[in-house]
Amino acid sequence: MTGTLEMQGLKITLGDRTLVDLTITIPAGQIVTIMGPSGSGKSTALAALTGTLAPGFRMSGRILMNGKDITALPTRARNIGLMFQDAVLFPHLSVGHNLAFGLPPHIRGRVARQARVDQALTSAGLSGFAPRDPATLSGGQKARVALLRTLLAEPCALLLDEPFSRLDTDLRAQFRSFVFDRAAQAGIPTLLITHDSDDARAAGGPVLNPLGKALLP
Amino acid sequence: MTERRSRGLLRLAPPLTLGLMAAPVLAGVAGTALPALRDGAAAFATLAQWPGLPRAAALSLGTGLAATALSLLLTILILAAFAGTPTFARIRRMIAPLLSVPHAAAALGLAFLIAPSGWIARALSPWLTGWDQPPNLLILNDPYGLSLTLGLIAKELPFLLLMALAALPQIDADRRLTAAATLGYGRIAGFCLTTLPALYAQLRLPVYAVLAYGMTVVDMAMILGPSLPPTLSTQIVLWMAEASLMQRDTAAAAALLQLALVLAALGCWRLMEMAARRALVALAFHGQRRTRLDRPAATLALTATVVTAGSLTLGLAGLALWSFAGLWQFPNALPTGLTLRTWMTAWPSLTATLTTTLAIATLATLAALALTLACLQAEAQLRLTPTSRALTLLYLPLLVPQVAFLPGLQVLAFSTGIEGTAAAVAASHLIFVLPYVFLSLAGPFRAWDNRIAISAATLGASPTRIFWRLRLPMLLAPVLTAAAVGLSVSVGQYLPTLLIGGGRIETLTTEAVALSSGGNRRLIGAYAMLQLALPAMAFGAALALPALLWRNRRAMRGLA
Repeated sequence: MTGTLEMQGLKITLGDRTLVDLTITIPAGQIVTIMGPSGSGKSTALAALTGTLAPGFRMSGRILMNGKDITALPTRARNIGLMFQDAVLFPHLSVGHNLAFGLPPHIRGRVARQARVDQALTSAGLSGFAPRDPATLSGGQKARVALLRTLLAEPCALLLDEPFSRLDTDLRAQFRSFVFDRAAQAGIPTLLITHDSDDARAAGGPVLNPLGKALLP
Repeated sequence: MTERRSRGLLRLAPPLTLGLMAAPVLAGVAGTALPALRDGAAAFATLAQWPGLPRAAALSLGTGLAATALSLLLTILILAAFAGTPTFARIRRMIAPLLSVPHAAAALGLAFLIAPSGWIARALSPWLTGWDQPPNLLILNDPYGLSLTLGLIAKELPFLLLMALAALPQIDADRRLTAAATLGYGRIAGFCLTTLPALYAQLRLPVYAVLAYGMTVVDMAMILGPSLPPTLSTQIVLWMAEASLMQRDTAAAAALLQLALVLAALGCWRLMEMAARRALVALAFHGQRRTRLDRPAATLALTATVVTAGSLTLGLAGLALWSFAGLWQFPNALPTGLTLRTWMTAWPSLTATLTTTLAIATLATLAALALTLACLQAEAQLRLTPTSRALTLLYLPLLVPQVAFLPGLQVLAFSTGIEGTAAAVAASHLIFVLPYVFLSLAGPFRAWDNRIAISAATLGASPTRIFWRLRLPMLLAPVLTAAAVGLSVSVGQYLPTLLIGGGRIETLTTEAVALSSGGNRRLIGAYAMLQLALPAMAFGAALALPALLWRNRRAMRGLA
């Protein structure tokens, strides 16, 4: 099974409360949305996928990436890209260095790496932004750089943690289609976490709550 | 007091406090410089003729720089390898209590552990080493200052680690590290490339304080450091103790040289900082994940922590045992019997010293708390924003070496006739207690939920009433913790007590250091135990009192 992210009976409990109960297969190029109000367990599901679940939660079931069990692997070995609610750009690095930070080490040499960075920036309508201080960017620009950084690392799957919630309404639709286009281009399974039904609808794929119940047709 | 007058007084608090920090330091340096510069700076010529000078200066630079670099490196390594893991909580529990151990007690404990007749040698003799006499080895007071450096690391590592822990939440470290991890970075590489630059910006002043302190510490250097020649600061204090005026002028000249050395070292450190930052930024571009570093780095960090924290803990336990030891001959690993004789014989002088120490510490701590609270309340009520310059001024007494300004202050105290009084010693302690009290209290004070003040104000409460009835009671735990910090800083002061006390005020620390050159380990153990007991009881009270007071208030528990 290449290019899939699977959750098989992934169940997470805190005390006697079940927060997450999911069995999904996300094929390459598809977006699955987990929607719910805050405190409903969607961040818990995300933490289980990234391998950052806090002690105290009990987890059973398996997470498979391309058929390989990654349930017990540390975050750094999972090869799952994550986009946060905020951009979390590193403020001491320029925009170009932030992107190069994501670029895998097998692209060798300053010239080759810089070329990939410039190419990525141009493709996102940000050409010439490489030497800029990330603090001088607008919210939408920061968000685009953050997505580019995540995708340049060539992840096997993409997790989007409420990436649109901090953006203004007019920017939101624009950035949403940018993200979905990019995810489709990358041809990897994508999981969107959101509380917003507009986001869920725009993603176009299946929509579930954290307990696995289908929400939108 | 009317509202307006109280506002006026409050407005004066920050400049008054900063003045109290800066004025003695500046006046002291001037007072030190005057005798050094008289007669066409003849004292410098005398100083230059001292054959031990190059080595003493090199020792000051070497031990200070090595101790600072290694403490910082270990701090970074521990945070990078373990932040957020269960191991980290264990390391923290092992290290945090060491912060309150006075430097002299730490040095005495280490000295007992590693001396040729110490615990390690006893434990390995005679079955492994074949020694039935203490060997004639220069382990303690080694000529390269290695044991001094170890002692400094054992004390400065807890300080830097706790300062770093306070800074981590402010720089969004969790998400930066998660971002690095999801991009596939190893813990060490991820931490150094994404979090360290911002963390270091917050850690810079504490690191400078550690460097300035490490280069010029006297009590630790007397116990652990080399003796022929000793470190420069130790030699200055030895010269100052001489009666002749010429020796005192030489001491003043050496103090100025020591100040210049510290400034030069700080300058070099700043350059290295900038180079390291550039290197990190350049490294980030190449995207090396360096996951293979993680395992060896974790092993190294854990080993180094266990060795430093363990040796200090063992050494202190050894001292405690000595104070109760009956006959304890080399190479026995344990005394043949336990007795209270040491404590009983020494009790009258111990209690007298204990009372003086406690009185001075209480005075200095109460003054520091009052000034700190006034400053923080002024900041909150008058909406002042603390500047980075004010923060640097606050650190001034920790950055300018004590030997550079205390001799000048001593002359000042002597000429005004207050030298040798407990009040003058307490005032000199205040200079060093206040920065730590402020640093300890400022965070919790500023983090207090201001909506409580707003809702009280809408009920008609005055700012004064809000402060006394709401803010202060709610901040009881951090205030008591700050008081315990202040108390332990005062208990640990050696040089201010010695110089401003004119040798007539005896505290636990000055007594313990004075005893260290003699061989009475039982009595040294007793003094060191009391040195440890005072801060320990203060921190114990800071934990117990709020828990007792708020036992029926669930939301107030764990608010420290």
